[in-house]
Amino acid sequence: MTTVYVPGDAGALSVGAGEVAAAISAEAKRRGVAVELVRNGSRGAYFLEPLVEVQTARERCAYGPVRAADVPSLFAADFLNAGTHPLSLGLTESIPWLKSQQRLTFERVGVIDPASVADYVKHGGYRGLERALSLSGGEIVQAVTASGLRGRGGAAFPTGIKWKTVLDQSTRTKYVTCNADEGDSGTFSDRMVMEGDPLSLIEGMTIAGIAVGATQGYIYLRAEYPHAHAALKTAIAAAYQARYLGADVAGSGKRFDLEVRLGAGAYICGEETSMLESLEGKRGEIRVRPPLPAIKGLFGQPTIVNNVVTLASVPWVLAHGAEAYANFGQGKSRGTLPIQLAGNIRRGGLVERAFGLTLRELLYDIGGGTATGRPIRAVQVGGPLGAYIPTRDFDTAVDYEALAGIGAMLGHGGIVVFDDTVDMARMARYAMEFCAIESCGKCTPCRIGSTRGVEVIDRILAGIDGERNVRLLEELCETMVQGSLCGLGGMAPFPVQSALKHFREDFRARV
Amino acid sequence: MESLPSEQIATVRHIVAQHRDRPGPLLEVLHAIQAAFGYVPAGAVPVVAEELNLSRAEVHGVVTFYHFFRRTPPGAHTVSLCQAESCQSMGAETLAEHAQKRLGIEFHQTTVDGRFSLEPIYCLGNCACSPAAMIDGRLYGRVTPEAFDALIAQGSTTE
Repeated sequence: MTTVYVPGDAGALSVGAGEVAAAISAEAKRRGVAVELVRNGSRGAYFLEPLVEVQTARERCAYGPVRAADVPSLFAADFLNAGTHPLSLGLTESIPWLKSQQRLTFERVGVIDPASVADYVKHGGYRGLERALSLSGGEIVQAVTASGLRGRGGAAFPTGIKWKTVLDQSTRTKYVTCNADEGDSGTFSDRMVMEGDPLSLIEGMTIAGIAVGATQGYIYLRAEYPHAHAALKTAIAAAYQARYLGADVAGSGKRFDLEVRLGAGAYICGEETSMLESLEGKRGEIRVRPPLPAIKGLFGQPTIVNNVVTLASVPWVLAHGAEAYANFGQGKSRGTLPIQLAGNIRRGGLVERAFGLTLRELLYDIGGGTATGRPIRAVQVGGPLGAYIPTRDFDTAVDYEALAGIGAMLGHGGIVVFDDTVDMARMARYAMEFCAIESCGKCTPCRIGSTRGVEVIDRILAGIDGERNVRLLEELCETMVQGSLCGLGGMAPFPVQSALKHFREDFRARV
Repeated sequence: MESLPSEQIATVRHIVAQHRDRPGPLLEVLHAIQAAFGYVPAGAVPVVAEELNLSRAEVHGVVTFYHFFRRTPPGAHTVSLCQAESCQSMGAETLAEHAQKRLGIEFHQTTVDGRFSLEPIYCLGNCACSPAAMIDGRLYGRVTPEAFDALIAQGSTTE
């Protein structure tokens, strides 16, 4: 029996993977051939999705992008025995776009059956937990600290230091929470992990719980991700079944329970204190810090709050050692970063590489320029609160410090590409509009400032009193940055300020 | 305020009973109510409040805070179009204009025949296949106006 892989990843499904899977089953039945269909995650090469793989004696052979209508011809070309076809891509591992990557956190995504604990273990899963169970809590935390792993959700806070704070609290009840409210436009790495290798997140959270002495974990998942929800529920049930969750984790006598909670379409709930409020069943209004969640978090107890990719990187760190992880990257940006190439890009998708690639390498060498074939004019890095970066800054390395050096931020690693038809004044207006829609309303600079921001930009766009209104907009941005309680109001001006700085001509046209 | 028929009140009470013992259950309860009714009826608010020993204002405050919770019944099909940056870079605005014209409604509205509700959504995590749309929980990528029309034509013939 031949094994055929057709991704069950939401992005692959969105371009027809479900129809392709059905067509392969039907055609196999019609021809009387036995085929085992595995619904893997996506390899992240979305420009090749739906990417169909066949397990051959040697390695996996890939075909793509496959449409349901191509399936009969694939059978006719004997693709089950790696036959050649116009859609042949050769060995999956040899596809240049994938081959150039350094996949640590994503090593199993797109490779394994995400619902199978056996497949996970076969591909190195639960080795990190095994190692963690041989260490003390302090030693686990020390390993995470030494790896240099920083929060991949966007704040880039050193993970080990956060864990140490929770470890040091003497309360009996502690929590591990995963922030899976991946709301930044241009990002999908969390979704890919949850759909393609959910057990790596589960293992990471289990290690975190054992490290700091927490027995309950929550994954706070955004409601916009129904596929990830289903994949997580399946994987959690499988982990309980295999006794990797529950009262006796892997025979250690230690307890760790885990459940998924759904958000309800509020971008602000990606802010950690707002997420905790939402997990408690309240309005997602942010909390004033201090106290830090690590001291007083969920239900008032010490709580780890980490992003999906951060937690899913922990098993690798424990399994291979802190030093092995820290050997990737540069400066204070250690390890690898799953970068997401999005928007108007020819070869978009998930690129995991050690920190240090430049924007230019990512956008042109890997991404192949725009999808529309027009010149790139700007990229927005780090989601809707990230700065717009002009082409003259494309030699900047994609790491935390280098981007901060040009007034930008890495955030969750999403890069959205715009071609030369983009109107940057409109993008600036959108940044303010988005902030107005998503503000939790707790502080005035964000709640009122964003609405006033839209109005001021509307006046500029209408050619009313341009110079004066541009100055007013600059002052308003400054007020929001300085006066807002959290990152939403505090950073929503970044795209506006960067648009004013680098693309002033788009505003001036109306002045 | 509309009050609910007694069998619906019983449904709400049953839903609350299923979640009551979990920590911080309100969002879970509201999700279950929306799954059962298609929206969160105003008449469910006092029932939930009473059952969870919260004030009506607290429950109302949560329902209205989150974009995902509807307070009016949805159409037979809910069409969500991503309006965030990545999709904008690939023509989401044009698609949104086309969709509103094709359906004859604006965002947040439902067609008169009750077939389609149209909603903006801010990122579906499908940013390498922009522009993205979700129809009744199914995700679509690289949605052209023509592809949109084909999807709507399917939805016009199915319940």
